[in-house]
Amino acid sequence: MSDTTTTSGVPATAKCVVIGAGIVGNTLVGHLSRLGWTDIVQIDKGPLPNPGGSTGHASNFIFPTDHNKEMAFLTLDSQQQYVDMGVNNECGGIEVAREPQRMEEFNRRMTSAKAWGIDASLLTPAQVKELVPFINENVILGGFYTPSVSAVDSLRAGTIMREEAQSKGHAKVFANTEVLDVEVEDGHVKAVVTTKGRIECEHLAIACGVWSPRIARMAGVNIPLVPAVHQMADVGPIEVLVESNKELAYPIVRDMDTFCYERQSAGSMEVGSYAHRPIFHHPDDIPTNEESALSPTELPLTMDDFDPQMEQAIELMDMLGDAEIKYAINGLLSLTPDAMPVLGEIPGVRNLWSAAAVWIKEGPGIAQLVAEWMTFGYPKMCDPHTSDISRFYPHELSEHHIEARCAEHFNKTYGIVHPREQWASRRNQRRSPFFAREEALGAVFFDARGWERPQWYTSNEHLLAKYGDKPGEVCAPREHEWDARWWSPIINAEHLAMRESVGMVDLTAFNQLDVTGPGALDLLQKLSVNQVDVAVGKGVYTPWLTPHGGFRADLTIQRLGKEHFRVVTGAFDGGRDEHWIKRNMPLDGSVRFENKSTGLCTIGVWGPNALKTVQKLHTPERGEAGFSNEEFPYGSVLDRLLAGIPCTLFRISYVGELGFEITTKMEHGLALWDALWEAGQEFNVVPVGIGVYGATGRIEKGYRLMGAELESEYMPHEAGLERPKVKAADFIGKAAYVAARNAGATTSMCTLTVDDHTSANGISRFPVGGNEPILTLSGDRILDSHGRVSRVTTAAMGPSVGKFLLLAYLPPEHAVEGTKLQVMYMNELFPVTVARVGSKPLFDPDDSRMKG
Amino acid sequence: MGLNIAVCVKRVPAPGSRINVTADLQSVDTANLGFTTSPHEECAVEEAVKLVEAHGGTATVITLGPREAEEQLRYAASVGVEKCVLVAAPDGLGWDPQRTASALAAAVQAVEARDGAFDIIMFGNESADSGGFQVGVRVARALGRPIVNGVKGVEVADDTITVRRPIDTGFEVYRLPRPAVIGVKEGINLPRYPTMKGRLASKKAAVEVLTAVAEPGGQVRVQLHRPPEKASSTIILGNGPEAAPAVVDLLAELGLLI
Repeated sequence: MSDTTTTSGVPATAKCVVIGAGIVGNTLVGHLSRLGWTDIVQIDKGPLPNPGGSTGHASNFIFPTDHNKEMAFLTLDSQQQYVDMGVNNECGGIEVAREPQRMEEFNRRMTSAKAWGIDASLLTPAQVKELVPFINENVILGGFYTPSVSAVDSLRAGTIMREEAQSKGHAKVFANTEVLDVEVEDGHVKAVVTTKGRIECEHLAIACGVWSPRIARMAGVNIPLVPAVHQMADVGPIEVLVESNKELAYPIVRDMDTFCYERQSAGSMEVGSYAHRPIFHHPDDIPTNEESALSPTELPLTMDDFDPQMEQAIELMDMLGDAEIKYAINGLLSLTPDAMPVLGEIPGVRNLWSAAAVWIKEGPGIAQLVAEWMTFGYPKMCDPHTSDISRFYPHELSEHHIEARCAEHFNKTYGIVHPREQWASRRNQRRSPFFAREEALGAVFFDARGWERPQWYTSNEHLLAKYGDKPGEVCAPREHEWDARWWSPIINAEHLAMRESVGMVDLTAFNQLDVTGPGALDLLQKLSVNQVDVAVGKGVYTPWLTPHGGFRADLTIQRLGKEHFRVVTGAFDGGRDEHWIKRNMPLDGSVRFENKSTGLCTIGVWGPNALKTVQKLHTPERGEAGFSNEEFPYGSVLDRLLAGIPCTLFRISYVGELGFEITTKMEHGLALWDALWEAGQEFNVVPVGIGVYGATGRIEKGYRLMGAELESEYMPHEAGLERPKVKAADFIGKAAYVAARNAGATTSMCTLTVDDHTSANGISRFPVGGNEPILTLSGDRILDSHGRVSRVTTAAMGPSVGKFLLLAYLPPEHAVEGTKLQVMYMNELFPVTVARVGSKPLFDPDDSRMKG
Repeated sequence: MGLNIAVCVKRVPAPGSRINVTADLQSVDTANLGFTTSPHEECAVEEAVKLVEAHGGTATVITLGPREAEEQLRYAASVGVEKCVLVAAPDGLGWDPQRTASALAAAVQAVEARDGAFDIIMFGNESADSGGFQVGVRVARALGRPIVNGVKGVEVADDTITVRRPIDTGFEVYRLPRPAVIGVKEGINLPRYPTMKGRLASKKAAVEVLTAVAEPGGQVRVQLHRPPEKASSTIILGNGPEAAPAVVDLLAELGLLI
């Protein structure tokens, strides 16, 4: 690009414009520079070094333990970056418990800390007192201590990174420069118009925190976040803190059950709260720097909201009561509807990037991740799927939805959130045509990005006794409330009933994405690892890879016509996969894309009697073929009339049984359900929930799940999903995948059995599948040669094999069937055995039930 | 025998450097603003609390304003004022200085009739928003009491009150009889912040509510006008240690080096 400069100061062109000079914008500029970007313009409407965003008032501390792998990784990476910049002040941190369930949560945190290699320990109240002499040990039950907790200088870090890019001549920086408009042309970012002139740019990155939605709207798209208040007061001076003569002489205390923290700041204490009512602001209503008494994101404290927290803070640290409230704010930070950041290219506008809803603790790591994304097309450092902005569906982008969900989870910032926790707000947003029938059958619905999906059916409760619900039997209830939360032994009974006869699974939440036109095959070949150029009427299972050869998607593709393909993917991946297709589509019009999902519904019918059930409804007309193995072989996708309803049947199974995914138009759905239900009565058909489909059924069969086993850090040959030969045609990630495959797997996906569930207090425990570390018999973490840790990616009962199963990657020295290892769960160790290495399932290993 | 002191305060917006005016040009747009007590009055509150700490007695805070002005009364309570009186006046226009003073004087008389005379009634020198410099003087006149404005020092001994106010060449010192009225100026003290316990205690403070009764005065607001903003500029003196000589030069220029 040319180096012309407008009269008003900003360059007329730039390769990339970054909006925002908080922790994210600054470190993004720095990382882009390090990755070779040499023509960056950074703008912020505020002054430097503190333009008035959330970075300027952040408490700046980092507690590294997180149950979420992505956030844990990015937080640890960020902390290391702060260390490298010399702005990391390690002071230690203690989370204290007032309630017994919090002590249980600390056991879970110990487990996550172990998984991520974070030194941590549990403290008695007296031990907490030793480290924090001014704490009232009588109101706490114990503490979770992390010596590596630190406070960082995020403004300085941002300045270092920004100036690094400037000093190399890679970035020009303009403070006090406000964005007035974003120009989009043919779906691509064209230019950004500022108060100091217009900048034509190839890429535009929105990294301006609470203002991000405002900028996105200028481009006609949404960044789903809401500026929300986090209250904070600085109280002091306090003698013991003044006497320490240090910025941080004492560990930072998080009073977890009151949702508060106390962080020393030299002679005073910062008291912050996440306990008050959710208080939201609209990005358009945030005052300007000039209009603000302090800064745009430091709004006047609404004192009444803070009073209860002051009482609790004084209860924990009596000295706080006599300290003067020197500074107190309603500080603004960013909340998103699912409490995760919003990162990546924004669907709808090419090269418009979001780096928003990011906190100090993960800022530099996320900046690097986004910089890699912008540079390579996908990040290298870790899989961003839980933060990817394209995960959201349209209804999730409305302010109505955002505020409802943020209101629900704000007070869970310090909450104890179960891995299977369900949303209470904004339910019943998307319902399949079978919903009324499912409700009548006592379905317990789980939310799948707006879809109500039956997880299990209480109508199947009568099956518990049949399959054994006594202690030790396969349908026994779980003894510990945590293990049993959002779970039912009915799942195991449904599973066995399906395997015994036939089950019906509502799969309407599938995303069905039609790719058509003369260029459709070439596009899908380019995306897919496996051969997509198959006969019309065939379906293909295939991974899609990132440019670095890691998993980007995992789905099936049905060839419905010469130039007509249907990509079928899961409810949690549909948005991301749609975006991946669109951003790789040629621009010459040779490929058309249509999302058919909401016009179609699907029922999975599986089990030994599935075929008989379906055949009963088959009404062949004009010589339509039937269902014999010759007429309808495994892997085919063929149209059939069932009870007179036009259906498309895909002979495949994610639960390892004979049967079909039967798809019809939404308006026929209820009639199809009723017909199948009636036909199945003579076989005692059972409604089967996602508890089977997504967990018990698939884990017995060793089927992998995108976002669990399959992430961009892993490749097909590591997941046991490699084919004997690599497809001749080129595809994204092929070179990296082939090179790694030729070098040999450094880790392999394995199925492990839990050999003894008995915990120290005699209660049987069942891991919930939340990244529990797999350890050697001596209790050491297991890392492969790339530093990837072995951890549980899925945990579920295998009712048909009678064992509780875990999926985990293990490096070659441990990936040997029969190897004895341990799993840590809730800070206890349980013996496990490697039962399978690779994709060979424990149940029906030769797939005879499914393939016939 | 302790001191009985009243402090009259006003709820005012806490703006940034740019103050927006509502579309009807009649008031400050407070949509995103917090509210506070005028700075001179914060100092008056602090002075009253200090005097009571030194001499015993009671400090009472009085405000004329909307119900929301309880926030300012409780703030005063959180730093040590004992009694709170809200002279409830419907929010909006019409509370010119004359009318305000008249209503406040009536309220003071009502309280005094019950609890005895205030030895000192303190005002801030002028309010932070309208800056009329009138209310204290008008109240003093209505009550027939002497007033000194611009006060930056107060001493109380026996029946007399000695106040000081700075002038170009030094200080003027006034000796006032009790009861008297004082207009306090910022700088007389450094007001304390409320403690957490003080804040929590202030929530329990009783607020006596009187109704403002007074006829409109002669001053009518025509409209507010926001003057053009002055352009400001920042000079970066340098980065790191090499900036030090320029910093020293600037400090010398400002006469801050001894």
